[in-house]
Amino acid sequence: MDIVERDGELVFPKGICRRGREYARREIYNPCRVLTTTVPLLGGEIAMLPVRTSKPVPKAKLIPAMREIASITTTAPIAIGDVIRADVMDTGIALIACRNVAAK
Amino acid sequence: MKNVTCDVAVIGSGPAGLAAAVAAHDQGAEDVLLIERDAGLGGILQQCIHNGFGLHLFDEDLTGPEYASRFIAEAEARPIRQILRAMVIELNANRELLAVSRNEGLLHVSPKAVVLAMGCRERPRGAIALPGFRPAGIMTAGTAQRFINIEGFLPGKEIVILGSGDIGMIMARRLHLEGARVKAVIEIQSCIGGLSRNLVQCLQDFDIPLYLSHTLTDIHGAHRVEGVDVAPLDRHGKPDLSGSFPVSCDTLLLSVGLIPENELSRQAGVRLDPITGGPLVDQHYQTSVPGVFAAGNVVQVFDLVDHVSTCGTTAGSSAARYAAGEIAAWDDRMCRIEAGKGVRAVVPQRLTADRDADEVHFYLRSGSVMRKATLQLSNGGNESLFTKRFRIVRPPEMIHVAVANGDFIPSKSYAASLRGEIT
Repeated sequence: MDIVERDGELVFPKGICRRGREYARREIYNPCRVLTTTVPLLGGEIAMLPVRTSKPVPKAKLIPAMREIASITTTAPIAIGDVIRADVMDTGIALIACRNVAAK
Repeated sequence: MKNVTCDVAVIGSGPAGLAAAVAAHDQGAEDVLLIERDAGLGGILQQCIHNGFGLHLFDEDLTGPEYASRFIAEAEARPIRQILRAMVIELNANRELLAVSRNEGLLHVSPKAVVLAMGCRERPRGAIALPGFRPAGIMTAGTAQRFINIEGFLPGKEIVILGSGDIGMIMARRLHLEGARVKAVIEIQSCIGGLSRNLVQCLQDFDIPLYLSHTLTDIHGAHRVEGVDVAPLDRHGKPDLSGSFPVSCDTLLLSVGLIPENELSRQAGVRLDPITGGPLVDQHYQTSVPGVFAAGNVVQVFDLVDHVSTCGTTAGSSAARYAAGEIAAWDDRMCRIEAGKGVRAVVPQRLTADRDADEVHFYLRSGSVMRKATLQLSNGGNESLFTKRFRIVRPPEMIHVAVANGDFIPSKSYAASLRGEIT
């Protein structure tokens, strides 16, 4: 959709629903994305643990966050939702495990 | 050789197989066997670490492993027998199957009903006859995904991706995030081959160059990929070599299509649909072979795992009902569903004459991008029994509709068609 900003307000085309307006607002002013990646896992049935940010983080922080995450290694056992890092790049958002992994 | 009997045997524990096994049990099948060739359950979802799964089914935005864990938990909470690291190598028309297993040796299974849930494979380089030597560094996007997400290896540092299907776009992002330089995504069509949200979140977000209506004309490098030649297509769809330009890279990923994996289906004599590449199925997801059901990407390549799970649930409960003698094999009263004008493929392709469910769910693909599209289901006499309007339909975004059973004007055949403004 094409959106225009007039006098500090967004002007939407006709027929856009509330969800669409909220999405557009977020995408223009504060685009955020869930970051998903893997971290090495020691002593588990698998070698790499899939992880995610529990909530979307600002787009600009994605690459800096990846650099921070590059230094993390975890150890089995792991349960889904386990907090791997409480705060990613000062976003206040946690990095959590996406998979259950038993110890070997 | 071990001999095993059971009510329902499910081949594959990806999203389709997991949903089918759970549904078969819940429908009353006492003995459900889930056969998986990998070391654990979950299928391809375990390497799909990105999010976007479950938006429809759970109203949540889950990663592949998280989505898999929901169904794995359901399966493990039920007395479903799992045979892991076991590959089914034969299936015959009597539903007898042969599996080789690291732990159990050779297994001969005689189920009352089978659910085929083997998923699909990626189209490899040989199938598209890419010219050049065979240097290291050329692989399918899914192979790179496995290397990175499961094994923990980065396949290369400078990447070119051929094909803008979802897997190609997802891997463009993944590689970029891991520090590789993704130099180009090359797409032969004039629009992307995957979901719109991936164009935004995988390519545009990271300024990864996308070349539509382009193709590769050469690959350089004898031992390791050194670069590729990219050329635009002319008006006739042929490479315009005068516009060719080189892109240096050490890795070429191929994302040029998924093919349902139906070797076992063919062995059993299951009739396949040449367009979908998978079995002809009815609304129970039963195939032409009595008691053999199929669900998920083995039937046709779906776009959303939520639909795969729904399909698996239907197939699994139907398989249990077949095992209990409640559903019969195909007869000559079956109705056909055809893909009409504007529709590339529709599933299911058959309907039983007697139907007890309230609705029939259809999954269709349009043949081209159309705005202000109208989907119509008509019977053999061209009477319309269902219409639905869409603002836009695109081939890479599967259409799902539910038609009330009572709306089916009796007929031997029905056709689904799409009309609209072709862009």
